[in-house]
Amino acid sequence: MSESMMRQATNISRNQLISVGTSFGKFTKSKKFKLHITALDYLAQYAVYKIWIKPNGEGSFLYGNHVLKAHLGRITDDTPQNKGVVIYSMSDVPLGFGVTAHSTVDTRKLQSTNIVAFNQADVGLYLREQDTLFAS
Amino acid sequence: MGRRAKRKQGEPEPLTFLPKSKSYKEDHTGKKRKLEREIDNKKVLELLNDDSTEFSENESANESANESENESENENENEIVSESESESETDSELDIEKKAHILDKEKKKEEELANAELQNNIEQMEKFVLPNTQDDENENENENEDNSDIQIIGRRIQDIVGVLNNFNKLGDKERGRSAYVEQLMKDMAVYYGYSDYLLEKLFHLFSVSEAVEFFEANEISRPVTIRTNTLRARRRDLAQALVNRGVNLEPIGKWTKVGLTVFDSSVPIGATPEYLAGHYILQTASSFLPVMALAPQENEKILDMASAPGGKTTYIAALMKNTGIIFANDSNKERTKGLVSNIYRLGVKNTIVCNYDGRQFPTVIGGFDRVLLDAPCSGTGVISKDPSIKINKLEKDFKLMPHLQKQLILSAIDSVDAKSSTGGYIVYSTCSVTVEENEEVVNYALLKRPNVKLVETDLDFGQDGFTKYRGKVFHPSLKLTKRYYPHVHNMDGFFVSKFKKFSNTFAENKENKDTEKVEKVKKGKIDENNKKNESSGKTNITKKSRPIEDELESLGLDGISEDNENESENLESDDDPSEEGSENELENLESDEEANEENCNLLF
Repeated sequence: MSESMMRQATNISRNQLISVGTSFGKFTKSKKFKLHITALDYLAQYAVYKIWIKPNGEGSFLYGNHVLKAHLGRITDDTPQNKGVVIYSMSDVPLGFGVTAHSTVDTRKLQSTNIVAFNQADVGLYLREQDTLFAS
Repeated sequence: MGRRAKRKQGEPEPLTFLPKSKSYKEDHTGKKRKLEREIDNKKVLELLNDDSTEFSENESANESANESENESENENENEIVSESESESETDSELDIEKKAHILDKEKKKEEELANAELQNNIEQMEKFVLPNTQDDENENENENEDNSDIQIIGRRIQDIVGVLNNFNKLGDKERGRSAYVEQLMKDMAVYYGYSDYLLEKLFHLFSVSEAVEFFEANEISRPVTIRTNTLRARRRDLAQALVNRGVNLEPIGKWTKVGLTVFDSSVPIGATPEYLAGHYILQTASSFLPVMALAPQENEKILDMASAPGGKTTYIAALMKNTGIIFANDSNKERTKGLVSNIYRLGVKNTIVCNYDGRQFPTVIGGFDRVLLDAPCSGTGVISKDPSIKINKLEKDFKLMPHLQKQLILSAIDSVDAKSSTGGYIVYSTCSVTVEENEEVVNYALLKRPNVKLVETDLDFGQDGFTKYRGKVFHPSLKLTKRYYPHVHNMDGFFVSKFKKFSNTFAENKENKDTEKVEKVKKGKIDENNKKNESSGKTNITKKSRPIEDELESLGLDGISEDNENESENLESDDDPSEEGSENELENLESDEEANEENCNLLF
């Protein structure tokens, strides 16, 4: 968010201000930071580890399910276990982000129904949780 | 087939729903078309004779029945000519003749029927004073063709329209045109299910046959359209991706580079990965128009006064390529949730969302380069989307809505900075077709704010706005506004007008100028303003407010003159108590508005 925008936003009183800039996430009660789907734009640009999923798995992922081996299209080499990854469709559209369940090497040995990455947030949230997503 | 080109067009067509000269011409194009046409006509005739057909079919059937009548006549001519000539025709020609014979017979039957019907119609018109039920019984006795009431009424609507289109020939002079119109409106209210009040309001916007087309178009839903989010995707890529998902689509038209019409889809169009990734948004074609008229430039400061659910806001952001600042306001907090969701989904980053009553601008913030006011309205342009409008909207709504709209448009105008190097524009639009909510509001704004003028909307289609309507005369520049109708443009009924604010002040008087500046540029406290205004303007009030009122009354702008009366009342009691910081927010609002209006009144 630019500074000028921030300054302009100060004209709006606290109660009436609904949204300005982009929310990255918020702190949980246990002081952990939970990323919001709205941060996806920025994460997608700078992601180190990426997963691409096949078209037949897109729907499943967008409904909030985890990424299965069967749907795995491509994965960045040498991704370690339990690392945050940004998940793309095969046409490089960022769909969400998650955490890997296994490292790249391990995923090769997995069965097709095993989970490769856990879903943390996906763009389906825009529809599913329209009302609660942006409430502070 | 050159002989075919001869055709009797002048023939009176008693049953004609509408004289569709265009389609006639198209039918002349070729023999093949003609053959198809004949076969179609046969089917149509079968349909016509079938009692169970619905009215909508009947309507088209009637049209084409008329066409086919003419055709059959031509064929009669053709036959005569071909018999007298040497018989060097091919087999196919003979086929046609055979078909023509068959058609002729059916045509004769049909004509007889039609004549009988016309007779009925006239009879029925003569028994005009009779209550509806009796009329219907009559019809049933005579026709034995229609079973249900609604069909009879549908037929009668057609008949009356036919008569009205050619009143000199077919009309019953004794009954007079108004009697026909009255009956027609009564029938249409029943047939299309409108309240009498609304029907009358809409009916008078159009010529008779156009009105029927309009109501008919309101029964059909408009095509689903989507807008490409140019922040995220290009239209060609998006179209490709959606076609791969089994969506059948095509560009909306030449006038937009981002719109696509969706014909049918094997997947839910509102839940594809492309949709969720923000590559497009579902948006009606008509709501592109105000944004195109607004023509936002990069790095501007723009206000969208009634923005939810964000279709137009995100379009503005896309046109600005995410630069500058957009204030997206909506008075309904619930609706802002969807707005925020859309803004994030489409990757819009330059927007501040706020939840004010639009009338609180410019006290919240002003000095915008452009303001888009897509005002809340009665929605008479989107009846196809929301049929409940037909009965829900009462006379009260058509008084309250324009009042709110007038307040909003003044706020919008005041929120704009005329000194902006790139902008100074206000776009006012509604999804309503009534004059009260459109031309009258714009006209009101022109009267109240002499520092704005109407400019071209830069939209190259649409019909010009009315400059006079049923005895009311508006400013001649109102023809620069644009109207859109469902039956003409196949999009929701819509109205777009664009203002240019050329000065932040609109008074010769220096004192007044100062107060205006205080109000518009600095946005000081209203109370202070009011005091200043009162002190500066008191002298002018008494002699100036009267003539204006009179003038307005002479223009027939009842609403406005009422306002003026209120104002002058307020002014007479020098200390308006509501201005002194009342606790209730609503009251505050009202007093704001009154104060605004007082201002103008003083400055006239």
